[in-house]
Amino acid sequence: MSKLLKVDGLLTRLHDGTAIVDGVSFDIAAGETYALLGESGCGKSMTALSLLRLLPDGVENSSGTMVLGDTALHALTEREMRDVRGGRMAMIFQEPGLSLNPVMTVGEQIAEVLALHKDMSGEAAKVRSIELLTQVGIPDAARRVYEYPFQMSGGMKQRVMIAMALAGAPELLVADEPTTALDVTIQAQVLQLLRETQQQSGMAMLLITHDLGVVAENAHRVGVMYAGQIVEQATRERLFAEPLHPYTQRLFAALPDARRSGQPLSAIPGNVPPLGSIIQGCRFAPRCDRAWELCREQTPELLAVEGGREVRCHLYRNAEGRVQAAETPPLPLAEERNSALNTQHSLLLEVEDLKVHFPIRKGILQRTVGQVKAVDGVSLAIPQGRTLALVGESGCGKTTLGKALLRLNPPTAGSVRFEGELLEGEAHRNRMQMVFQDPYASLNPKMRVAEILEEGMAALHIGNDGDARQAHIDVLLDKVGLARDSKWRYPHEFSGGQRQRIAIARALAVSPKLLICDEPTSALDVSVQAQILNLLKSLQDEMGLSYLFITHNLAVVEYLAHEVCVMYLGRIVERGTTAEVMRAPKHPYTQALLSAVPRIDGAGKEYVRLEGELPSPANPPVGCHFAPRCPQAMPVCARTFPDMTHAGASTHDVCCHLYPLVPN
Amino acid sequence: MIAYLIRRILYAIPILIGVNLLTFALFFVVNTPDDMARMQLGIKRVTPEAIDRWKQQRGYDKPLFVNTAADSAGTFTDTIFWQKSASMFVFDFGYSDDGRNISREIATRMGPSLAIALPTFLIGLVVYVSFALLMTLFRATALDMAGVALCVLLMSISGLFYIIGGQFVVSKLWHLVPISGYAGGADSFKFVVLPIIIGVVGGVGSSSRWYRTIFLEEIGKDYVRTARAKGLSELRVLFTHVLKNAMIPILTGVVVVIPLLFMGSLLTESFFGIPGLGSYTIDAINAQDFSVVRAMVFLGSVLYIAGLILTDISYTVVDPRVRLQ
Amino acid sequence: MTFIPVILWSDALVFLLISAIIAATVYVRKRPHLRLPWQRVARSSVAMVSMLVLSCFLVIGLLDTLHYRVALPQAGSGEKVYSPEVLSVFDHLVGPLRTHTEKTYSAPFALHLYAKESMNDAQGNVVRDYPRLQYGGAHLDDVSQRAADVAQRTVGGMLAGALVGLLLAWSLRRHLKQRAVQLTLVALTAFIGALVSLAAVYHVLGTDKVGQDVLYLSLKSIRTGLIIGTLTTLVTLPLALFLGVAAGYFRGWVDDVIQYVYTVLSSIPSVLLIAAAVLIMQVTIDTHPEWFETSAARADLRLVALCLILGLTSWTGLCRLLRGETLKLREMEYIQAAQAFGVSSMRILSRHIMPNVMHIILIALVMDFSALVLAEAVLSYVGVGVDPSMISFGTMINGARLEMGREPVVWWALASAFVFMLVLVLAANLLADAVRDAFDPRLNRTEGGA
Repeated sequence: MSKLLKVDGLLTRLHDGTAIVDGVSFDIAAGETYALLGESGCGKSMTALSLLRLLPDGVENSSGTMVLGDTALHALTEREMRDVRGGRMAMIFQEPGLSLNPVMTVGEQIAEVLALHKDMSGEAAKVRSIELLTQVGIPDAARRVYEYPFQMSGGMKQRVMIAMALAGAPELLVADEPTTALDVTIQAQVLQLLRETQQQSGMAMLLITHDLGVVAENAHRVGVMYAGQIVEQATRERLFAEPLHPYTQRLFAALPDARRSGQPLSAIPGNVPPLGSIIQGCRFAPRCDRAWELCREQTPELLAVEGGREVRCHLYRNAEGRVQAAETPPLPLAEERNSALNTQHSLLLEVEDLKVHFPIRKGILQRTVGQVKAVDGVSLAIPQGRTLALVGESGCGKTTLGKALLRLNPPTAGSVRFEGELLEGEAHRNRMQMVFQDPYASLNPKMRVAEILEEGMAALHIGNDGDARQAHIDVLLDKVGLARDSKWRYPHEFSGGQRQRIAIARALAVSPKLLICDEPTSALDVSVQAQILNLLKSLQDEMGLSYLFITHNLAVVEYLAHEVCVMYLGRIVERGTTAEVMRAPKHPYTQALLSAVPRIDGAGKEYVRLEGELPSPANPPVGCHFAPRCPQAMPVCARTFPDMTHAGASTHDVCCHLYPLVPN
Repeated sequence: MIAYLIRRILYAIPILIGVNLLTFALFFVVNTPDDMARMQLGIKRVTPEAIDRWKQQRGYDKPLFVNTAADSAGTFTDTIFWQKSASMFVFDFGYSDDGRNISREIATRMGPSLAIALPTFLIGLVVYVSFALLMTLFRATALDMAGVALCVLLMSISGLFYIIGGQFVVSKLWHLVPISGYAGGADSFKFVVLPIIIGVVGGVGSSSRWYRTIFLEEIGKDYVRTARAKGLSELRVLFTHVLKNAMIPILTGVVVVIPLLFMGSLLTESFFGIPGLGSYTIDAINAQDFSVVRAMVFLGSVLYIAGLILTDISYTVVDPRVRLQ
Repeated sequence: MTFIPVILWSDALVFLLISAIIAATVYVRKRPHLRLPWQRVARSSVAMVSMLVLSCFLVIGLLDTLHYRVALPQAGSGEKVYSPEVLSVFDHLVGPLRTHTEKTYSAPFALHLYAKESMNDAQGNVVRDYPRLQYGGAHLDDVSQRAADVAQRTVGGMLAGALVGLLLAWSLRRHLKQRAVQLTLVALTAFIGALVSLAAVYHVLGTDKVGQDVLYLSLKSIRTGLIIGTLTTLVTLPLALFLGVAAGYFRGWVDDVIQYVYTVLSSIPSVLLIAAAVLIMQVTIDTHPEWFETSAARADLRLVALCLILGLTSWTGLCRLLRGETLKLREMEYIQAAQAFGVSSMRILSRHIMPNVMHIILIALVMDFSALVLAEAVLSYVGVGVDPSMISFGTMINGARLEMGREPVVWWALASAFVFMLVLVLAANLLADAVRDAFDPRLNRTEGGA
């Protein structure tokens, strides 16, 4: 197969000389999808920007060759390069919301490409723009072409970005985390669109992602990046069947899913090293459990091993190494989980018909003209020592619900009982606490760790004197796995995972019985996510904590949760034990959600494609909220909202007309 | 849109009442009319009769808020507050200390003020934005650094220096234009050209630097990278994408001053002897003519509020996301 | 005791400000994350050079803030009587500069007065000629000797100054690492040396209408400028901080009221508002002459009142900025975490919000400083600035600008005022830039992040 793009020895540096892309070589054939896989900061985006020669100020490409077809990109003048950008090579970015010009219509933005690369203008350009928008699945394109980006949803905007990229009929499409900012059902739509487009046009694609699932479903070949280098390169099938590099192996092992729910995840210890910090030896050696002296002394080369694979590891240095590698030792697994707590569960938290509405004001006198029903009558219960996962896409009201339990948002109606006692006012602060999503925003940068941990104790008058509190802080730091002397340091000295540990310690400082975890791992890399999930699980076993785990990540749910509630537009549409909901979903929305998650096994599953996107909670559809998008909608669905009914087992409830009330 | 405007205008009323109360308190409560009379007449020649006469001539001999001596309606209307403050809402500013009708004076003086202020504003805007765009285009090069250094230097120079220095060099040494004065019609050109140039030069430093900051902030955004990824040239990126978006923060600072252009420039007008509202204000301050100062304060706040409303309306022109309601 | 210390209102406030700065320095020194941005400032040569220049101004201003009154020679017994003239340590140090007043204008380095006078020559005839100055270059017989004398004194002074500078630079070498800063230090001391040696016998910058030395006036103006630039912030800061943060954090009716107040204040053109307030203050001061013991006290109170008025009229901008920032901060998860513990609002404001808006305040304050120094000149010109008897850049410019029409032009007073102001404001602006660069969190940095 002839190669469309050949990259050899690409070296990209900061102005101070630090290499952020360090000798990356790969090639892509026409019609092929090559994925660059890696955690944040590994240099994969910079590789893409180097290709288009669009590096930000302060970063420059210092050596290496990039050849597209028969054009040497690295040797082109800036003017010649402009003809390549958007023409032969196009790029789409991670944040569709920020990547489109907010004050130009999407039609104008597409027409710009047509004018530059296709010499089209006026009516011809408009017709072509509408064609392109239709091609990427935007309904009513003739009208949409005059709209501005803010009038479109995230998924729509990414489609527009794709249309814009396709406008120049590129030979190579560079997609930098194209679906990371999107919800899982929208992600599935966009990925499918990319696959279809590729099939039609035969273009090559460089897919940059951190998500193993996305790679599994889309890539033909994969390059795994770590700390600026490619550490392993293989076809998708081979990589997933047998990862060679210890980093890749550990990355797979760190993925949570149901099969591992009994055991701790195999987290990679430590963090990705700062750029340029390791000059000698293998960059993964400090975190690798199979490293020996050689790994620290000698930098490994990218070695070709059988089957056209390449791996940068001393284990595969020679023939014996290959044998050695074949006998990959079993991944370290900790002992079986303590299941003593799994016997009897009294209810800790009972929520009855909770509503959180926000008024919409309008007009001269700012009268309330409507309500955003962010949470609209939710009931749930969490037993002692168990985890309830609250699952839903962004905007479904799951975070609002969590905050309403802590009264960070005042609930509009409904009741909350804690250990049977009706909660009113704010006297329950020491019984439940929250762990927030973004560890960079949830710790005050101007306070030491000790001050952060002490704040809650002081506010709730826990621990009478300073000494008692300091002792408690030491215990807390031990519990979350941080060194005791870290209490004198400031948050900026810690990595994302360590910050999340501090945030957990802060919540635990007041000895709550329930932790509300609001997407606590969504801002973290996979390897660090595993560390935090392990920590949460061990804390539950040790202290009998209950968790309300708010997430959109279904793999985490399978791993961690005992029970699951699926939320759609402010209401719970399905609930049951994890096994029931994840193995035998009843509600069409749950089914669609599950089928949209890319799986690394990719093993034959039916994809339920969802049309459209989440409607506004200010103006929910009449009848069943999901009906307009539901593949199985019936006339009745558009009229009345269904009641909660048992579906099969007594613990499995669903809110759907497909499961009418069974008279007992 | 209409509803929005009505709401904004309704909201302006309490603001103006606040302005009015504040100035009223400053002028009549902190110091009584007696104090003012004493100061105007000079400490030496003060007799109670002289004070009373002074107050009577100017209508300050009434009670502040409530006139118990007057009949029903007069209880409130025959007071200093009503006559001196409330009447401003219908733009009746009364008479200045030298007996002229302030409203008429303002109307005749607006012309010369605008003749200077409007060209200064427009030419300035073009010059500053162009200079800032130039610096942005050559960002992080020696040219940009030199531009920024020049801006800092220019903004460190006192505005008085620009005027005095300009007058000295252009008028006194080179005799190109008269030092000061004003004439209507075509003659006005030779009188206004120097003040306009000086006004523009005086603002180059701070304005260009501010616009440069705005452009640099815009140019770091993701959509600019998208535009470059399309293959657009740097100039096109700057002019079609960055400039359009930068208009939003630029308008915030710029539109609000447009109505205030009517007020003229205090310094320029007084140095160049332009019979506009700026020199009127300065003369009033120097002559301690409270009626005129209060009238200008009121006019200024009306124009400022008009500027705020204009700003909001201008957003709808440049930013499709803004819909006034 | 032959003198009695006098603490004017402005002096007291300056001392308050200095103690606040010392306290802040001690606080910051102990905290590495607060020290970090200052270390960035210290690494910038431009900032350090500006700091050096500014510190010269500061030293002069501070010396000029230590006031006293001299005891008059006692007439008979009884209580000590002190001169009504309030002097400062600075006045004492520059001694002759203050006392050597000529009759009227004289150009820089002149030996003769600017205006012709009738006088008697050696023969007793009445002639009209330029009379010799009483002090300026009095040690010379003739103009022809001047050039050599000036050159000699300049070189001598520069050498002496440079020597002091080198010694200073050597002893401070650990703190002032940059070559540019060391060079500036030496150049600065050499310049001061030359100035000192020349000013002893010449009017280096000429004299003004009443014969006062312009160099003396310019140096005295520094204190006025610094006071306006700094004391105003004592008013602006608490108002803007408390109101801005409260409006942003509590929202609701608190926000409505505060927004209303600042919209009202900012809707009045600032010059007019200042003018109105100053006029009123003037009336108050003029009608109460009994409040003041000395004319200096009256001028000083007017200065303090001007700062107060400037502060009251200029807090709205910073307030709006802080309100906006607080609105953003209150949505931060660490604030919500604190709310989840039921931490009180006051504690959230003081421990979470205020420390995180400090950089905005600092940037705003250093940026405002130069604007205020420039504003003083304009306001004094308009007639609503400092007391006409108080020496300031504004009063200097005001007094001198009418003389631009004379032939030959009397340019030196005006030029001195503008040059001094330019150096002060330029240094402040450059420092402000460096401070903003060092403190602005939006500028991405690699250091410090884990």
